[in-house]
Amino acid sequence: MNHTTDTPLLSLQGLTIALPKGADRAYAVENLSYDVQRGEILCVVGESGSGKSMAANAVMGLLPKGVRPVDGKAIFADQDLLSITEKQHRELRGLRIGMIFQEPMTALNPLMRVGAQISEVFEAHGQLNGAERSIKALELLTEVGLPEPEKAIRAYPFQLSGGQRQRVMIAMALALEPELLIADEPTTALDVTTQAQILDLIIDLQKRHGMAVMFITHDFGVVAEIATRVCVMRQGKIVELGEARDVLANPQHEYTRALIEAIPSDVVPEARGAETDTPLLDVKNLNKVFRSKGGLFKPAREVRALNDVSFSLVKGETIGIVGESGSGKSTLGRCIVRLETPDSGLMSLSGTDFMTLHGESLRRERKRVQMIFQDPYASLNPRTRVGMAIAQGPIANGIPKQKALAQADDLLELVGLANTADRFPHEFSGGQRQRIGIARALALEPELIVADEAVSALDVSIQAQILELLEDLKQKFSLSLLFITHDLRVAAQICDHIIVMQHGRIVEQGPARDIFLAPQQAYTRQLLDAIPGRPEATEIAS
Amino acid sequence: MLYARLIIMRLLKAVIVLFLIVIFNFFLIQMAPGDPAAVMAGEAGATDPEFLRQLREQFGLDQPLYVQLWRYISGIATLDFGYSYRQQMPVFDLIMDRMPATLLLTGTAFVMSLGLGILAGSMAAARAKKLSGSVIMALALVFYATPLFWVALMSVVLFSVQLDWLPAYGFASVGTGYTGFALALDIGKHLILPATTLALFFMAIYTRMTRTSMLEASQQDYVKTARSKGLASGVIQRRHILRNALLPIITLAGLQAGQMVGGAILTETVFAWPGIGRLMFEALMQRDYNLLLGIFFFSAALVILFNIITDLVYGLVDPRIKEAS
Repeated sequence: MNHTTDTPLLSLQGLTIALPKGADRAYAVENLSYDVQRGEILCVVGESGSGKSMAANAVMGLLPKGVRPVDGKAIFADQDLLSITEKQHRELRGLRIGMIFQEPMTALNPLMRVGAQISEVFEAHGQLNGAERSIKALELLTEVGLPEPEKAIRAYPFQLSGGQRQRVMIAMALALEPELLIADEPTTALDVTTQAQILDLIIDLQKRHGMAVMFITHDFGVVAEIATRVCVMRQGKIVELGEARDVLANPQHEYTRALIEAIPSDVVPEARGAETDTPLLDVKNLNKVFRSKGGLFKPAREVRALNDVSFSLVKGETIGIVGESGSGKSTLGRCIVRLETPDSGLMSLSGTDFMTLHGESLRRERKRVQMIFQDPYASLNPRTRVGMAIAQGPIANGIPKQKALAQADDLLELVGLANTADRFPHEFSGGQRQRIGIARALALEPELIVADEAVSALDVSIQAQILELLEDLKQKFSLSLLFITHDLRVAAQICDHIIVMQHGRIVEQGPARDIFLAPQQAYTRQLLDAIPGRPEATEIAS
Repeated sequence: MLYARLIIMRLLKAVIVLFLIVIFNFFLIQMAPGDPAAVMAGEAGATDPEFLRQLREQFGLDQPLYVQLWRYISGIATLDFGYSYRQQMPVFDLIMDRMPATLLLTGTAFVMSLGLGILAGSMAAARAKKLSGSVIMALALVFYATPLFWVALMSVVLFSVQLDWLPAYGFASVGTGYTGFALALDIGKHLILPATTLALFFMAIYTRMTRTSMLEASQQDYVKTARSKGLASGVIQRRHILRNALLPIITLAGLQAGQMVGGAILTETVFAWPGIGRLMFEALMQRDYNLLLGIFFFSAALVILFNIITDLVYGLVDPRIKEAS
């Protein structure tokens, strides 16, 4: 065991991992070679399907069923991780290689207390006794900066927020001070401000423990924040590998360049406005309170999801509603399409009182406001052909079936999916499904489209395409758009006007350019600062 | 503290529900053609209207409905469920007399089906890709598909008639004068066949459900987390997968447990088991309305009780439910 600083901690040599038969390609990764040095943060970057997580899973011995390494080596601590037994692998996991995952909401066992889940790591490797494990768990929770660790240790995961759960995951992965930490998109599911905190934590812990980190991400903004070196992957192959500084400043490969450009980390929105000044939507003092039903002996809990929200939208305008989870932005969207009924306030759609409509008259007016949903996988009925899915709205509004189906064909062509009307949703990729969602919304010829996180689940390059399509269609049909997002970078790209929300209130609203360049409120500045890899815009602002 | 209050609330609600069930059953029985007096008079071969009138007066059947209902309800409040004129005994005594045998049978079957079902299901899940897993599932399907009475008859033919290992019917051997341990052993021997027969069907359901539920749970992210900690697969199966997979099984167990009073008619009949099921069957055939109403009451009470217990167990297994309730 002669570990000089030169020997890499982990060395992948010609790693090739086969996918099961019938997959879209034969190998998840092909002839993959890179090293992870002690004490560095290596970012593995790629879009979904690039195979960026596969090598990490192979190193952990956690490859999905049917996926297996067929060639190459993964040398860690003088042994080839691909040829050791499951038992040897198990001894390495948690002890010398720790891992954290993308979804903090589901990565913890919902039925076990947080403390017990951390103690389990020691138990798995036969270390310490019961009492010592609890003490250590408490220390770890303190170290990862969980508020009130004494309480948190007895909490169940559902009692913690996403960011807090991710801290618990990190505490677990660090419990035995592994030499290598693998982080698989650990901040992707988090709000920008939480993401910034977690990134800081990882950098801080990495420095303090001197471990190596293999950080898997799709986000070049994150890369700019933390990476020592970068490995860019595409379709199972390495496209570019080098020092983070060099790759970011001077990307050699065109794909890397495209990826970096797709992230408008330093984009400042152009000054623009709607062409018209005909008011379309007018919202005044909208309020919505969610009450959990209290029992006789239990106080009802109240959440003010919307608190005196007022704004107006002129025809042809795109307004971005930006906020973190729990800010009430989605509730606002759902109120505007009347999926939720606000408690009080006024809402009018080019003069029609849209708020007090109900029953049949609401049903008739509904088509004027349509919604595009966040999750392209869950928002289409898996058993309905997409042509029919698009035609259902018009049919419900009295258009003959044949005609509606013909229109659906046209709409699919319009969103770039010609001749696909008789396919089922599962035959499409995420980006394509979102196109179908757009076609579905357009089918009713609405005046206003509410897009709720419509591109959040998509890869950056796909995001750019969808945004372009939306912009295009907006012009073509002189639509107005209410664009709900947590991602300021996306808002910067297409919004004329931005509304920043927090705790159900509008914190700040104004032309997009003003919000970015001269934010008036501390919270807006905080949001802007938290965007990974974005020092430039703030410089311009000051 | 909040939890104790919750239980009290649930019990209060249960009393109201039970009250409504009593009223509902009472009127349901009234709607059936004929009354006990007519049946008794008919069986005695008497057609004399005066005799009928006397009988009705004696049982209070000549009173207006609301008076009869009031009497019945106030009787139940003091555990007086009326008198079975067919059996010449108070209904409450009759039911209490048969209750232990039924609860012994159904309780044993319940524990057996739940325990073995979960065990077999976990094994089938852990061996999902292997032959042994398929064999377990095939057996479960056979037990699930075979009618109960057929299993009962065939097991009597095999184990009692052919092999002579176990008694074919009854609760205990007659006239042996066994006491203490010997008696328990004797009853136990008599219990095996009916309890197993009754258990097989639910065992098959539990097996299938446990397997499905565990396979689903094993796909969850937290299982990957558990593996990344380096935990042994046995620990992961028990602590992470099985525990999360148990929730739907608890729902079903609650349903099965609720049927413990009335759900064994067939088995009790085939094995001549002196339980409530047979009592109910006889009462039905003889229009022994007081007795029927009494049995209805007890089975309804048991269903409600197990509903509450199921909810409490949910809360114990899943902290999220406790929070929400």
